[in-house]
Amino acid sequence: MTLDTVKHATETPEAAQPWKELGLKEDEYARIREILGRRPTGAELAMYSVMWSEHCSYKSSKVHLKQFGEKVPDNDAMLVGIGENAGVVDVGQGYAVTFKVESHNHPSYIEPYQGAATGVGGIVRDILAMGARPVAVVDPLRFGAADHPDTKRVLPGVVAGIGGYGNCLGLPNIGGEVVFDSCYQGNPLVNAGCIGVMKHEDIHLAKASGTGNKVILYGARTGGDGIGGVSVLASETFESTGPAKRPAVQVGDPFQEKLLIECTLEIFGEKLVAGIQDLGGAGLSCATSELASAGSGGMRVELDTVPLRDSSLSPEEILMSESQERMCAVVEPDKVDRFMEICEKWDVIATVIGEVTEGERLEIFWHGEQIVDVPPRTVAHEGPVYHRPYERPSWQDALQADDANKLARPANAAELREQILKLVASPNQASKAWITDQYDRFVQGNTILAQPEDAGMVRVDEESNLGVAMATDGNGRYAKLDPYAGAQLALAESYRNVAASGAKPLAISNCLNFGSPEDPDVMWQFAEATRGLADGCLALGTPVTGGNVSLYNQTGETAIHPTPVVAVLGVIDDVTRRTPIAFKEEGQLLYLLGETTEEFGGSAWSQVVHDHLGGLPPKVDLERERLLGEILISASRDGMIDAAHDLSDGGLVQAVVESCLRGGVGARLVVPDGLDAFTFLLSESAGRAVVSVPRSEELRFTDMCGARGLPVTRIGVVDGDAVEVQGEFTLPLDELRTAHAETIPGLFA
Amino acid sequence: MTARIGVVTFPGTLDDRDTQRAVRVAGAEAVPLWHRDKDLKQVDAVVLPGGFSYGDYLRAGAISRFSPVMESVIEQAKAGMPVLGICNGFQVLTETHLLPGAMLRNNHLHFICRDQKLRVETNSTAWTADYEVGQEISIPLKNIDGRYVADERTLDMLEAEGRVAFRYLDMNPNGSLRDIAGITNEAGNVVGLMPHPEHAVEPLIGTGRTDGLGFFTSILKKLVDAR
Repeated sequence: MTLDTVKHATETPEAAQPWKELGLKEDEYARIREILGRRPTGAELAMYSVMWSEHCSYKSSKVHLKQFGEKVPDNDAMLVGIGENAGVVDVGQGYAVTFKVESHNHPSYIEPYQGAATGVGGIVRDILAMGARPVAVVDPLRFGAADHPDTKRVLPGVVAGIGGYGNCLGLPNIGGEVVFDSCYQGNPLVNAGCIGVMKHEDIHLAKASGTGNKVILYGARTGGDGIGGVSVLASETFESTGPAKRPAVQVGDPFQEKLLIECTLEIFGEKLVAGIQDLGGAGLSCATSELASAGSGGMRVELDTVPLRDSSLSPEEILMSESQERMCAVVEPDKVDRFMEICEKWDVIATVIGEVTEGERLEIFWHGEQIVDVPPRTVAHEGPVYHRPYERPSWQDALQADDANKLARPANAAELREQILKLVASPNQASKAWITDQYDRFVQGNTILAQPEDAGMVRVDEESNLGVAMATDGNGRYAKLDPYAGAQLALAESYRNVAASGAKPLAISNCLNFGSPEDPDVMWQFAEATRGLADGCLALGTPVTGGNVSLYNQTGETAIHPTPVVAVLGVIDDVTRRTPIAFKEEGQLLYLLGETTEEFGGSAWSQVVHDHLGGLPPKVDLERERLLGEILISASRDGMIDAAHDLSDGGLVQAVVESCLRGGVGARLVVPDGLDAFTFLLSESAGRAVVSVPRSEELRFTDMCGARGLPVTRIGVVDGDAVEVQGEFTLPLDELRTAHAETIPGLFA
Repeated sequence: MTARIGVVTFPGTLDDRDTQRAVRVAGAEAVPLWHRDKDLKQVDAVVLPGGFSYGDYLRAGAISRFSPVMESVIEQAKAGMPVLGICNGFQVLTETHLLPGAMLRNNHLHFICRDQKLRVETNSTAWTADYEVGQEISIPLKNIDGRYVADERTLDMLEAEGRVAFRYLDMNPNGSLRDIAGITNEAGNVVGLMPHPEHAVEPLIGTGRTDGLGFFTSILKKLVDAR
């Protein structure tokens, strides 16, 4: 086969090219020809196809994501915003924190173990590329119905992959979610988040500047795995009868990644790099074009110098390969030797593959012949932008009219007791310990809180006790009923979780999981959710630092529930003031913060008892969320509360059961005046939390709530070895523990 | 001058910085040791921390035993220097035959991370003097290859000589024979265990207990007293 050089492409304008097979649309191919003034070479076509894929270019979502940069709250914590590998916020004392959540949904369905493992690997490299030491990971996961046979294939593989990779990196896994819903049956959501810590002066950016600087590729050799992963997997809808797509899934080696982390941190420590980029989706195509595009000059790369695992790879395949555990650094010539020494120390292969040039072109050569000559911005940052049509779905009104508040309620206390027991044991509400116990939450020795706490929390500074907390939340059922409110509810819940742990919410990241953007219904959900999230962040004062969009999450014509997942990062000045969820001391008073009304649309109760989804989700009041957050943080700082748990799916009773089981002690509850037991226990009104208050602090605490206008209701006392609702029923802790603990191992062990 | 305790870093070691912190919390000086370096930098004792050294390819701890640093550790351990192997470090110690037996994959085949209750069976080792015999402690356990096995004769010998140092309580998390969580050599200077004392040295962190600190205070007292 002759090499398709730039010269050859110029001479053979009519040669047929596989643009369609590479996932490009006809007009996109035409635009590439227009940019170049000729047909692209095979290598150029490969680069454009992966970089213009939905996953890399955000071509359908961009016009909506703009709001996150426009509706920016007044918050001076943001150091690096949207557009870099991950956003960076100031957490004080000279420390900066970077965090991000990314999706690895499609690969994890095809090959659960490797798909999930490389999802962890990818997000960790994103964080590392900012100059930070990764300090914790979280994993928001969504699977099909818990009792579906295929969930038995997917879930254990995903969990083992996350554990197998993350545990080997020495990163504590401190949070996340596990949700089951049949809408994710053919399209599980495997999102992976990571937090990194650095000093302000250590922030690194992905840009190639300084003519003559060397471009160094280091880490694993490049192989044939993951070729076209972003265009083939992440950017197309699954057809249930399509050909096997396994070769497009990458294979991870966590040991190599661990070496890469330590090696890179040592390189940062000696200030040896001018710019750095990790290799993830779209591999070298992405790294070289993004570095060159963001820098001031051009770049010349000798592609045949790239170390290969498989010597038969073509230049196109090398450019598209998504082999894991690779990074690309731009290094001043006089620092190259030291850079190489450090790589050698860590047994990491490093190769100078090119240099920064004076021009404005990205030029790639294969054994001396030019195969790529493009303006890098057109590849990396000036891809197509679509204004996809969107329209409120015709079925939305009917869905909202199907009011969950009208569903049959338990007729008596015995039935209420039975339904609560069923709820606590349902896969979504049951203990996830069987899953999270497969993740190391102790490594690094800084873990203050980890699942099943409301938020994960790690210590940042051993002397000052500065810490950071993170929670991730999303509720696809709420978002299906109302995507605008659903996105805000995800934000509010995550915000509330961080505040309940005692940390002050600072900023957010997101992972927006939706169906096909080519469906106007889905695009409407996306437009509404992004608008809701942007408005919500403005109201709560938490800027969006970055995020990830995953589209085409559907099987055939059926899209998943719109599932915006929100990660809120918070800071706590003194981790010894953190608030756990466990009720511990008998005699402490239980207070419900916030207001409870009849809100059952999208609720766990409506799903578990009636298999129903309809009506409206709980009302959102972000001012109330903000006030609740302030009260929770003040109370934790001043020692007024010993435990706090946010109220979300499953309502008050779910929160109380979790706090009791965690602390090994019971609670006696009294239904407050004006509420019936059912609404009190199971409504999912937002903006609420339950707290455990020592008797000596009662007055101070209620005075504070009263003075600031937060509704506060005394609902009971920590006591005994059962959850007792006076005049209604008693549920012994042993019975609750069995119901709560045995479901997940019963399904998957 | 306080005691100098070396902490080895192999490629793939994860708990080296935690172990250094635990050594410091106990009041000793932590000295980082590098796998390629035979020089033990005149340390008084060595800890082999947890992780997945050399990726645990082939078999957990199987490649580490051939590293330059281990040549010196083996030589010094035989001469009486205190050595503690935690998790992957315990696996390395069995691979080097400083301790008998071997570790297999957990009987349930999963990685498991939990707060594990143990009984301290002997305080006549260099690393357990600060505990009472029969004392119950809780420290984190986290591994996938943690099932201790040995032939019956070796197990009987370990029991008879009082060399079972720690036993799992309440539940056996991995199928280890005779609930063995850790053992010692005949001289009591070399100790290996699967759970992680270095993750339980500060209140609030991890399990919120400090049950693991005794390992590091035990060795510090012994070394200082020997001066």
